[in-house]
Amino acid sequence: MAGLEDLYREIILDHYRSPRNRGELPVPPAHRVEGFNPLCGDEVVVYLEVDDDTLTDLRIAGQGCSISQSSASMMSATVKGRPVEEARKLIRSFKAMMSIHEHSLGGEEGAEDADAQSEAETIKPEDLGELAALQGVVKFPVRIKCATLSWNALAQGLDEIAAGVPPAD
Amino acid sequence: MTTTVEAGPLEVTALRKEFPLLQQESHGKRLVYLDSASSSQRPRAVLDAMDHYYETTHANVHRGVYAIAEEATRQFEMARKATGRFINAPRPDVEIVFTKNATEALNLVAHSYGRHLLPKGKAILLTELEHHANIVPWLMLAAERGVELRYIPVGEDYRLDLSDLDRLVDGVGLVGISSMSNVLGTINDLAPVLEAAHAAGAVVVVDASQLVPHRSVDVRALGVDFLAFTGHKMLGPTGIGVLWGREDLLDAMPPFLGGGEMIRDVRLDGFTPNDLPWKFEAGTPPIAEAIGLHAAIGFLESVGMDRVAAHETQLTSRAIELLTERHGDDLKIFGPTSDPARRGGVLSFGFRDLHAHDLAQVLDAEGICVRAGHHCAKPLMRRLGVTATARASFYLYNGEDDIEALSDALDVAAAFFG
Repeated sequence: MAGLEDLYREIILDHYRSPRNRGELPVPPAHRVEGFNPLCGDEVVVYLEVDDDTLTDLRIAGQGCSISQSSASMMSATVKGRPVEEARKLIRSFKAMMSIHEHSLGGEEGAEDADAQSEAETIKPEDLGELAALQGVVKFPVRIKCATLSWNALAQGLDEIAAGVPPAD
Repeated sequence: MTTTVEAGPLEVTALRKEFPLLQQESHGKRLVYLDSASSSQRPRAVLDAMDHYYETTHANVHRGVYAIAEEATRQFEMARKATGRFINAPRPDVEIVFTKNATEALNLVAHSYGRHLLPKGKAILLTELEHHANIVPWLMLAAERGVELRYIPVGEDYRLDLSDLDRLVDGVGLVGISSMSNVLGTINDLAPVLEAAHAAGAVVVVDASQLVPHRSVDVRALGVDFLAFTGHKMLGPTGIGVLWGREDLLDAMPPFLGGGEMIRDVRLDGFTPNDLPWKFEAGTPPIAEAIGLHAAIGFLESVGMDRVAAHETQLTSRAIELLTERHGDDLKIFGPTSDPARRGGVLSFGFRDLHAHDLAQVLDAEGICVRAGHHCAKPLMRRLGVTATARASFYLYNGEDDIEALSDALDVAAAFFG
């Protein structure tokens, strides 16, 4: 049986108590994406700015549990300033790390991730830096959606920008 | 269990022994089940009744002429009668419709009555504290037919604010209202709403999912037009819900789902619907579930609904008192804290600045099952200004030891998150 300390690692609680890149960005030029977790009503809003194929700025708004909030905070700290392709690779890697249980639960995301994994190279969890602290979440399948909420929003935002969807607010 | 109705307060320790699931441990601790508003546990008597049915007389109902099929039909229809008697229905054999759950019962009314008998141009009046099951079917109807939806607001005292009722009810053809909030625990005073609705010529649909398991409900005394509830919140199995409706209304309503059982005749160019209540029961019904529900009703009746209600009122008062005393300003209760007889054993709360999910996760590690989230009542959560709450809910098998365990676990959560 997984213990609470597997879920609530110190670095996670730190990001929860002191979230990084918290706030909003003016839309436009920034792009705004909302993510909802229908289970708990959590809402994360990701503001992202892409310039010259680089994620130049990113802010997180919304409210939620410690897992969704700290995951969003860690995500922002990790992807900000990176080229869009690297950010996409991180998204794939993070979701692959989170998909272990979604496969066994038969979730749609699991199936998507299987495709993503075979198509593209991902980063091993041990090379994900502090994001690896969220690995314990897979032992609590109900909370996986909390951890992936902001990442799905970021992926959606990057897709929308690539497809030329005008920024919405 | 004995079948005689006992007197005096409930013997919780003895009662708990009747529930196999409550005998186990969770994370090495005594399992403390405080989520009966979501789904109750079931006593051995219910499980045995369903097993016995499957082992001795299962066959499809209303079809076979052989002995076990006749016995299955007899037991299924007995369950219908017992269910009707439990809510004092005038004609249980025609007015009780078995559905999948309360949600399907409400959808049945929205589809059949809402689409065919709700007079054109009439609005629908709901309340801000409804479960999604009593909002979404009406939103779907509104989207399809352009019906106007109105809502009775919730006041600062967590009770319905009826001050504007006369204006709200003007031009309304149907009122949908919960008899007890699954979030706040508020037991709604239906009388003024019924009076105003009926004066306006509207029918009243009551979502009694939270009330029927915990209080004696009498549809004749209440004077409602439709009442929906569900088996799994009242010690029965999942997969069975109940719609009670006034016979004249059910009679005028067209069928909801089509298929076997609900027809008298089928030709290649049309069909004739069956009599009540089978007109609304397309396909093989939840037979074992109806028999399980019958056993659950028997169990509740043997304990006595008045004793169940008294026990829960006392326990809820004690919970409010103990939690407030021990946790002070760390605890915020969303729901009425005075007049315990007018509220049920559902306690939604916030604890410090912890998110309900984080709180519930720590409580789980302490063996305590509470619900965390929006409780399928997002409009109400918006009204309360929160995205989620934790919710402890009580039933006849809960005792003061459960409240103390909850309180101790709140201390653990406070220490854990620092």
